[in-house]
Amino acid sequence: MAERLLLRCRDIPDLRRLDVYVAHGGYEATRKALTTCSPEQLVGIVKTSNLRGRGGAGFPTGLKWSFLPKQTAKPVYLAVNADESEPGTFKDRLIIEQDPHQLLEGIIISAYAIRCHTAYIYIRGEFALGAERFEAAIAEARQAGFLGKNVLGTGFDLDVWVHRGAGAYICGEETGLIESLEGKRGYPRIKPPFPATHGLFGCPTIVNNVETLACVPHIVLRGADWFRAIGPEKSPGPKLFCVSGHVVRPGTYELPMGTPLREIIYDHAGGIPGDRKLKGVIPGGASMPVFTADEIDVPMDMDSVQKAGSFLGSAGIMVMDETVCMVWTALVIARFFHHESCGQCTPCREGTGWLEKVLRRLEYGEGTATAADVDLLLNIAGNMMGTTICALSDAAAMPARAFVTKYRAEFEEHAALGRCPFRPIAEPSRRHAHA
Amino acid sequence: MPTLEIDGRKVDVADGLTVIQAAERAGIEIPHYCWHPGLTIAGNCRMCLVEIEKIPKLQIACNTRVADGMVVHTTSEKTKAAQRAVLEFLLINHPIDCPVCDQAGECKLQEYYMDYDRQRSRVPLPAKVRKKKAIPIGPLVMLDQERCILCARCTRFLDEVTHTSELAIYERGDHCEIELAPGRVLDNPYSGNVVDICPVGALTSRDFRFRARVWYLERAESVCGACANGCNIEIYHREDRIFRFQPRQNLAVNQYWMCDNGRLSYRDLQGEGRLMQPVVRGEDEFVGSTWASAIGQAAGRLADLARDGDPGAVGIVVSAQAPNEEVFLLRRLGAALGARMAGISWSPPGAFHDDFLVKADKNPNTSGLRLQGLGDAGAVDDLIRAAAAGELRALVLHRTDLTAWRDATAVQAALERVPCLVVIDTDRREVAAYADVVLPLATYAECDGTFTNHAGRVQRFHTAVAPPAEARPGWAVLGELVARLGGAEPPASVAAAFDALAAECEAFRNLRYDALGAEGQPVAGA
Repeated sequence: MAERLLLRCRDIPDLRRLDVYVAHGGYEATRKALTTCSPEQLVGIVKTSNLRGRGGAGFPTGLKWSFLPKQTAKPVYLAVNADESEPGTFKDRLIIEQDPHQLLEGIIISAYAIRCHTAYIYIRGEFALGAERFEAAIAEARQAGFLGKNVLGTGFDLDVWVHRGAGAYICGEETGLIESLEGKRGYPRIKPPFPATHGLFGCPTIVNNVETLACVPHIVLRGADWFRAIGPEKSPGPKLFCVSGHVVRPGTYELPMGTPLREIIYDHAGGIPGDRKLKGVIPGGASMPVFTADEIDVPMDMDSVQKAGSFLGSAGIMVMDETVCMVWTALVIARFFHHESCGQCTPCREGTGWLEKVLRRLEYGEGTATAADVDLLLNIAGNMMGTTICALSDAAAMPARAFVTKYRAEFEEHAALGRCPFRPIAEPSRRHAHA
Repeated sequence: MPTLEIDGRKVDVADGLTVIQAAERAGIEIPHYCWHPGLTIAGNCRMCLVEIEKIPKLQIACNTRVADGMVVHTTSEKTKAAQRAVLEFLLINHPIDCPVCDQAGECKLQEYYMDYDRQRSRVPLPAKVRKKKAIPIGPLVMLDQERCILCARCTRFLDEVTHTSELAIYERGDHCEIELAPGRVLDNPYSGNVVDICPVGALTSRDFRFRARVWYLERAESVCGACANGCNIEIYHREDRIFRFQPRQNLAVNQYWMCDNGRLSYRDLQGEGRLMQPVVRGEDEFVGSTWASAIGQAAGRLADLARDGDPGAVGIVVSAQAPNEEVFLLRRLGAALGARMAGISWSPPGAFHDDFLVKADKNPNTSGLRLQGLGDAGAVDDLIRAAAAGELRALVLHRTDLTAWRDATAVQAALERVPCLVVIDTDRREVAAYADVVLPLATYAECDGTFTNHAGRVQRFHTAVAPPAEARPGWAVLGELVARLGGAEPPASVAAAFDALAAECEAFRNLRYDALGAEGQPVAGA
């Protein structure tokens, strides 16, 4: 893409400062939205743009907004999901740290559209710099009249509060986030009711991802048709792709939705170092099913990736070359979800730990694993899917199932050898030597 | 009113119900752990997943509202597979220590394993997550974290019902554990309920554990006599010993709960002080007697003294510990003797009470006494004064500990002046020392009858255990005494006694013993 929008911070030094931001057309979108559009019109524009959530689920943003009750005596809240904790994802952090006003504009316009006067940004606890910079941006914006009472003289009031998380992956799940914002343990809620009617403090609430909201000012300025024309119509817009792993130039790339995965890896990210062979790619963060080297001719938009058997998720692209052990990789991912399962639902609480145990046995078990363990993994994963309150159980089961299914021979080899073929044979221990 | 189909059966239920409630009403069991009708919906155990047509994923029956035309399958292959999977997940880190677990026999893990799972374990024992066992977390409750399935019933009870939040879930994933909040003890007045609602052996009763295997115990429906609330209970017993009280559901009275004080009050029913045998005063000591002889002597002396004295020469005191039927028969006794009647409802001053279940009135039948016209607290003091003045020729004390409840010295002096004292009671009290005849009674755990609770609800209790030695139900003893004095024939049963009361007493007019049901009926105007 010739022009970078979401990543203008790459082209404009100090864009995080309000003066620089304003000098480059900042807050024009806010002015336009608040002075020329009604909230209903804005919801309509976002609906027409086909903007879909960038957090992972890809739900249409305008549609989500329209689920709010038309009449309510309760306050409406906007909760910004900046808990970015999906392994392999580092796009929201960039926006928060380098271009906070872009996000703030998105928050102001969206809050106006949903008639919200209090917005919270739930920011991942590890993002200390991001929280600091966003607080500073809020202070600057408030000073300049973009926040607080009577925004830009329009009569619209908005306060934005920063809430720092305490390190739980599950607090990125929207209802877990809401519980955590309320000061409780981060337990996803059973649905229904949905946050749009019973969210934060029991009030109508919209939870939107950072990147999603960052798209909103651009849609307001350039129009829904412009946005919809970028990439596939049903899943359009500029998109941030986070590329990590065995590539020459890992990093965050702003590309049109639908850019082929092969192009992202080999052109933009510079291919695999040492010209080693590609073994697999996780397209959407650790929770999404892996693609084999033969499956990367897929356009990276929500519908195409789903059609190819995985999900775009948070667009965290993790590239693995031929030196990587897929059992080990599955184990690392399983360990993560075991650690992060909130423990509320039985299948996830027990299944995530069980998956890790079986994978550990295959990788490090010194012969304790059996060939039956390979099918056991599939069976556990199958029993975990679609049976819990939130998607974490699926998030743990999907990658495990994909690794086993697509690299089955490697799993069977582990079981047959009684060890990991990717690591040198361990020295016999002292105890064995004396035996 | 939506009509839905569950396992091929059409079910009509009220709007707003959930599938699990609709199924329950249709007599179809959907297995569940975390759902409890008295608590908010947690939806975490996933045991109640059922297949609902036109919904791609299985749904939890506890949080799915019924809809017209809904078709639910609770025994389809998809549902069964999910049930098996959830049970396997629940058991992979469970210690399977049933042989030493006090919950065995009333454990939902055991029951559902047999009903819905029956697979061999696929997890080797050493691979299980270990947690802490046998942690006393309060005077009544023992915690075993390994057996816990984290259904959050206990934490929800403590958050939502008692609002005390002593317990919480800590850690994450399969390391989650129930634990006391820092610096707290589970000692609120309702702590025992967490044991009842715990579906597994994680929370067991320190009072009951290891005293009996539950499958040896029998149950009787009853009403707690520890206060005027009349919480519905079940008495667990075996070989005439009471082992525990547990609350029995009655939404109009105690919902699903009872207080710890009431729960432990079973101990008072079978204590050391029980009266075992009728006794009469001999030359200079009490001697054991037969029922026929003791009742004969009591009736003879009361009749003589009543005939020889002025009207009102006999006094009868009946306490609010007495069931409705005994109060009624004592009134018949009073009529036969032309006696002065006095009711007494005494509670220890400053006793704990709250605005939930525990009442300040520690008597089970104060309302019953009042509704039969014996509610005037001053009447007892008038009788004591009359006795002290030498005006009383005879006095009957029914379930009344008069020296403890009034000024002891004054009562002792008064009793000295009464020529004939008949004590009818369950337990030996100080007044018995002054008695001429002592008749031993059954407690409410040892006979049938009714109490009227503080709100005017008449509730039945049923015989759980036999009375000790020769003690007999009060309605039978009093019926016979009345008959000996030329009054009405003894009632053939407690039901007959109650129905006779209903025929005579306006407040009970519309009630029939056999129609009181398991949850009781309100008196007129209540």
